Amino acid sequence: MNLDTTTLIAILAMAAVTYFTRIAGLFVADRLVLTGRAKAAFDAIPPAVLVAVIAPTALTTGWAEAIAAAITAVAAFRLPLLGTVAVGVVAVVVLRNLI
Amino acid sequence: MDQASPFVSTPRRDIQAGLRDIAPVAVAALPIGLLFGAIAAAKGMSTLEVTLMSALVFAGGAQFAAIETWISPAPIVTLAFATLLINARHVLMGASLTPKVRMSRAQTLLAYFFLTDEAWALSERRALERPVTGAYWLAMAVVLWANWTLSSTIGAILGSFLGDPERIGADFAFTALFIGLVAGFGKSRVTLVTVAVSAGLAALVHYFIGAPWHVASGALAGIAAAYLAAPEEARS
Repeated sequence: MNLDTTTLIAILAMAAVTYFTRIAGLFVADRLVLTGRAKAAFDAIPPAVLVAVIAPTALTTGWAEAIAAAITAVAAFRLPLLGTVAVGVVAVVVLRNLI
Repeated sequence: MDQASPFVSTPRRDIQAGLRDIAPVAVAALPIGLLFGAIAAAKGMSTLEVTLMSALVFAGGAQFAAIETWISPAPIVTLAFATLLINARHVLMGASLTPKVRMSRAQTLLAYFFLTDEAWALSERRALERPVTGAYWLAMAVVLWANWTLSSTIGAILGSFLGDPERIGADFAFTALFIGLVAGFGKSRVTLVTVAVSAGLAALVHYFIGAPWHVASGALAGIAAAYLAAPEEARS
């Protein structure tokens, strides 16, 4: 049971930032009405961040990962979340053994 | 739904409704929590660190992103910034929900620690029929929080027995999970442009400059692309 100081600070920073986002809406409840392009940009934040995080693994690691990512993307529109994960994991294991 | 006197709410009834609404969500989140704990352990986090992160941050998307880019020592500013970007959606969720909750300001400040996509979505649905009470919110919040903290802790304990994550493809589980989450945002033209631009720039930055700069640069490029791709006079 070890606790690294830097890790603890990182966790506390993430917790503080997250709590800030959770209560911020309370103070702008009647003022924050986004429309048009501003709303599109705000709505795009979660997918943009998620994709940026995985892009190196999916696109520049190797052919096995890139093909597995494409297979996973196809599955993602047809299966629930856990099924999608299962398809991706199986695909990458098989492809790593083939390529 | 309560059949008799639908507009009379008692704490007991609200707690029951909260538990009933959150049960399927908790079941679905259980394996995700196990997965998070297992991979976090494989990345070198101790069980205590995993437990603390899940208990204090309590935000799956941000935690998965943090673990995916985890290096030691932890890059504090980068992690905080990525967390801010991923969780910025909470601001809109809180703004939308606040007029519909029947809680004092102090109670709401406490209650919103437990704000999640799931609790928010269920509360918005309930708010169509009646105000969201503290009892309803707390029942959902406590179940989901305990579920997430416990399952990721158990995952971290079991994960240290897994061995090399690459052998069973577990290192790819995040990538697959994120692809699944992104698919949940649909296939609209703006979303596809966002995804393509963010992925392309993040991969290039990672290749030529290196981690962790690809997260912020890819994300900001994707957001800018969404702004430009959206019709100027679009109605929300």
